[in-house]
Amino acid sequence: MEAEGSQLKLYSYWRSSCSCRVRIALNLKGIKYEYVAVNLAKGEQSNSEFLKLNPLGFVPVLVDGEVVVSDSFAILMYLEDKYPQHPLLPSDLAKRALNYQVANIVSSSIQPFQNLVVLKFVEGKIDPQTWARHHIERGFAALEKLLKDHAGKYATGDEVFMADLFVAPQVDGAIRRFKVDMTQFPLLLRLHEAYSELPSIQDAMPESQPDAPPSSSS
Amino acid sequence: MHNQEQKAAGTWPLSNLVLYSFWQSSCSWRVRFALKLKGLPYEYRAVDLVKGEQFSPEFQRLNPLGYVPVLVDGGVVVSDSFAILMYLEDKYPQNTLLPEDPQLRALNLQAAGVVTSSIQPLHMQSLLKYIEDKFGPEERLLWAKTHIEKGLLALEKLLKGFAGQYATGNSLYLADVFLAPQIAVAVSRFKIDITQYPTLSRIHESYKSVPAFLASIPEAQADASH
Repeated sequence: MEAEGSQLKLYSYWRSSCSCRVRIALNLKGIKYEYVAVNLAKGEQSNSEFLKLNPLGFVPVLVDGEVVVSDSFAILMYLEDKYPQHPLLPSDLAKRALNYQVANIVSSSIQPFQNLVVLKFVEGKIDPQTWARHHIERGFAALEKLLKDHAGKYATGDEVFMADLFVAPQVDGAIRRFKVDMTQFPLLLRLHEAYSELPSIQDAMPESQPDAPPSSSS
Repeated sequence: MHNQEQKAAGTWPLSNLVLYSFWQSSCSWRVRFALKLKGLPYEYRAVDLVKGEQFSPEFQRLNPLGYVPVLVDGGVVVSDSFAILMYLEDKYPQNTLLPEDPQLRALNLQAAGVVTSSIQPLHMQSLLKYIEDKFGPEERLLWAKTHIEKGLLALEKLLKGFAGQYATGNSLYLADVFLAPQIAVAVSRFKIDITQYPTLSRIHESYKSVPAFLASIPEAQADASH
């Protein structure tokens, strides 16, 4: 289903796991969008044009006509409100809360410790990879415990919901960028394998994006 | 255990809420503030993080991750303050925490996101201890100050043009639920000079006149030490 009037625009960076969450949602909901690349490695997030859109200089940013939404969770909730097809949240309140909890574990306890800004800050004091792995592994141990009694084919049951949108990019990044040994996390590894069979998720992964460098599919 | 009975407001769904909280936890503080704003009575159960009560078998059964706050609503157990707040919003829509307008709604979620992803995790006690152990006490101070100030500056920029008496206008919403405790902790625990941030300074003052906020502060909790 296409947006009425002008197409949705997503400001994204290929390797940004936060951007990946939104890309998955747009794919699941069948929403066409224009991909606008913001090269974080080159500092394009500091361009005055981009800062006008998002003064915080973060991707992803969604532009839907007059509405500009930043922050991946805020964008997902916006999409959920406006484009209810393929719901990202189950109707059962307890399961819904579980999805929110998984989302927050990833976005508060893991991802903040591996974003470029923090990695730059610790560089020189500790190997950034070691630092990132430490936090990822703590977060993954928490997710293993949390999801043990709830996971089915996917994180919180047999359908893809918001939790999966946060877990899939996080696990992918952990494996590819930070070389985390996933054998310690059998449930997450199993989920990763399930995600690899879903086009909606695979098409959202970093190496499939228009701004992915040619050498990125490894 | 300490019971605090309060009158439920109006004819909204009856609640049977238990909140596991630590008086000084800013995440617990958010939920206390929201419960008061929604006029929801709850039983307060203290979990002494200093004594390690989060590792008790009883609490681990509730939340294997060992974190507060945890909300128990009849048969439903919800952990993580953001998840709890969204759950409360879903189930008890009185005094809604999210405005109807999509742009303002998104702004509230974004402000909450800045606090919960860019500020609070970077000054948690456990992380600061890790930083101190690995890099030394001066690095610990520098780390906390740098990241808190970055986050507060981000909020200042974000809310410019939207803030009124409170963070996103003249009503209290989700952004305030996150900001009020965060700003208070930045000032009292980390001695951040809040006057650098005029919008945040102003709303910080406004919160001091909000009864729901005053009832939620650490010092007013049953487990506060003196």
